[in-house]
Formats: sequence, C-alpha cells, structure tokens
Amino acid sequence: MKTCLVVDDSRVIRKVARRILEDLGFAVAEAGDGADALAWCRTTMPDAVLLDWNMPVMNGIEFLRLLRAEPGGAAPKVIFCSVENDLARIREALDGGADEYIMKPFDGDIVASKLAMAGVA
Amino acid sequence: MNPRDRELVADLCARRAGLRVDPEKAYLLENRLAPVARREGYQSAHDLVAAIRDRDDDRLAWAAVEAMTPCGTDFFHDAAALDAAVDDLFVGPGAGDGQPVRIWAASCGGGQEAYSLAMLLHERAVLTPDVELFATDLSERRLEAAQAGLYSQFEVQRGLAARRLVRHFEAHEAGFVLSPHLRRTLRWARVNLLDDPERHGKFDLIVCRQPFGGYLDAARERMIGHLASALKPHGRLMLGAGETYPGLVEAGRPGLYRPASRVRAAA
Repeated sequence: MKTCLVVDDSRVIRKVARRILEDLGFAVAEAGDGADALAWCRTTMPDAVLLDWNMPVMNGIEFLRLLRAEPGGAAPKVIFCSVENDLARIREALDGGADEYIMKPFDGDIVASKLAMAGVA
Repeated sequence: MNPRDRELVADLCARRAGLRVDPEKAYLLENRLAPVARREGYQSAHDLVAAIRDRDDDRLAWAAVEAMTPCGTDFFHDAAALDAAVDDLFVGPGAGDGQPVRIWAASCGGGQEAYSLAMLLHERAVLTPDVELFATDLSERRLEAAQAGLYSQFEVQRGLAARRLVRHFEAHEAGFVLSPHLRRTLRWARVNLLDDPERHGKFDLIVCRQPFGGYLDAARERMIGHLASALKPHGRLMLGAGETYPGLVEAGRPGLYRPASRVRAAA
C-alpha cells in the first residue's frame, strides 16, 4: 500500500484529505507543519506528500527544499495543496521541486487527477 | 413541467439531435431547462415549453435541445491516447505528404478537448499555419463560452497538469484564461453531427469522445458514420471508451479507429 503524508496546520483539511486518500487506497500519515513533516520523513519516507504552503514553524516551500536535500528525499511525489492560486506562486512551487499543485478548495476528483499526473496513483 | 411538456421536449431532442431523453425523468428535465427559462425571461420550464409549443419558436426549441445535450470532457481526457494520436499524425502513414494537417474536435463542449489538442501541438512545436484545428459543438452557447477560453479554478484542475497551467494560461478575475495565441489557432463552428459534414472537408484526425450512449441507436450510427466519412484515407477517428462502428477497425490503440474501407454514413 502506498503512503501519503498530509502536511497541513488545519485539522479539518487533514481529515478531509485523509478520507479522500484512504478511499484512493493510500495509507495516510499527518503532520501539522513542515518541521513535523520533515521529522516524519526522516523516519519513513512516504510515496507522496500533500503539502500546504502557509504553516507555522516551517512553511511548505522550506520543507520541500529540506526534503529534497535529505537522503531519498528526491523520491516522494510532492503535491502542493494551498489557497495560493497565483500563477507566480504555482511556478515557484514547481521550480522548487513540487511535482503537482492543487488549489484549495479541492475535491476527490481533483486529488485523484493530480496524484495520477504526478505518477503516484 | 407536466407530462405533455416533457413529451414535447423529448420529441424535440430526438428529432433535432438524436438524443434519447426519457420523459419520465422529470427532475433531469426541470434541472436542465429551468436555467434556460430564467435566461429567456420565463417564470418556469413549463412556461418555456409552452412558448415553444404555442409560438413554434425555433430559437427557443434549439435552446431547449442544446441544454439537454451532454457536456464536454476534462482537459487531457485519456491523455496517453490523445498523446499517441497526435504523435501518429506526424510519424504515421500519410505524415509528411506536404498536405496541411487537419484536426477536428467534434462535440467539443466547453472546449477542453480542443484546447488540449492545441497545447499538445504547441508543445511539440508543430502548431504551424499548416495545421488546422477545427472545433465544433451543437450548442451555440457552449461554443461561445469555449471561444473565450476562460475556466474556473475547479475546471483547470481536472486533467490539466500544473506545469501546463502556468505555461499556457493567464490569470483572470474569474479563473484562468488560455493564452490568446493558442485561442487564435482554433476555428469554431456550430455543427450538428446528424448533418452530413461533407462541406467541412476531410480530416487527418477527428476526436469525438462524447458519450454516444445518450443517443438513439440510429442517430448514434448516423453520427459516427458521418465522422468516419470525413476522414482522409489515412485518417484516424478517436472515440470514447467502448464506442465502435461496423465500418471502423481499431488503429493500433484502444479508442483509435481507421476506416475498414470507404465508409458511408448510415441513412
């Protein structure tokens, strides 16, 4: 079973994402900010990361930069999931090493479509 | 809407577009026709149908029929197959014969399929003046919307990769709009697939992935027959999953067909 780490400071978003991802057949882990997520990845590298941008402690783009520098950190497919819908921000995420980008709000079809495009479905 | 109203709409849909509309599905009919009624200044779908009946209003009748037709697909629906079909255009039989390459996105709905083709061709650097992209739909209203190239945040996330979004779209207050240079590469027209498409010429690739299951059997055969008759000798027809036609054989890939021999539309 593939694993997906949901990184978001909103418990509601994590719960919604968990339900969608479990329906898609993923084992789901959760982290409330980038630092928690990085600690989790150092223990168990997930197949995919659903990543919020704006979070306390460590934001999404900082987490992504540090993740990619970790041993094995190039492997997970990282899908940003953010309220940021500015094209410049989306470009920044992709240039920073993200594989896909979801603009909130989202639904199950969008998550499934983006996971497939990232090659992790 | 009363049973007589629903029967009238079902009959109009069958005669004008070959659509199979079940007059017992009151909710579906109300749901589709209520917005048309509001737009046209009527109190209800019943009043709209009464106007069609009493005034024999052709424009209103088409508006009702168009509202009942299936909508378009997502961007890059079945992307691998679309990719392969475009590849075949430039390396397959008939490629490089010096003739313009003609592609028809039939029943293109909101334009996602047609624009997906434009993006693919542009990314391969083959979207030259020798390539014609022809996009059609039965619905005048949907065509107008498609030509604007404006899509909501939800629509651009269905099938469209983020890299393509930043490459081919611009920000707009209502969502995202396809870049003007790509929009200008398409030629649009209202086409009823029940009509013989001979005047539009022959095509190298025709993509039509609307679900034909919603059409009457005779209409479905006639429409697919018309599409097949519009292919060049080496042309390919791309249909939705599970669609077949007696005069077509699979062209190496699921959903992609070529004429077995010269195909004529069913009478």
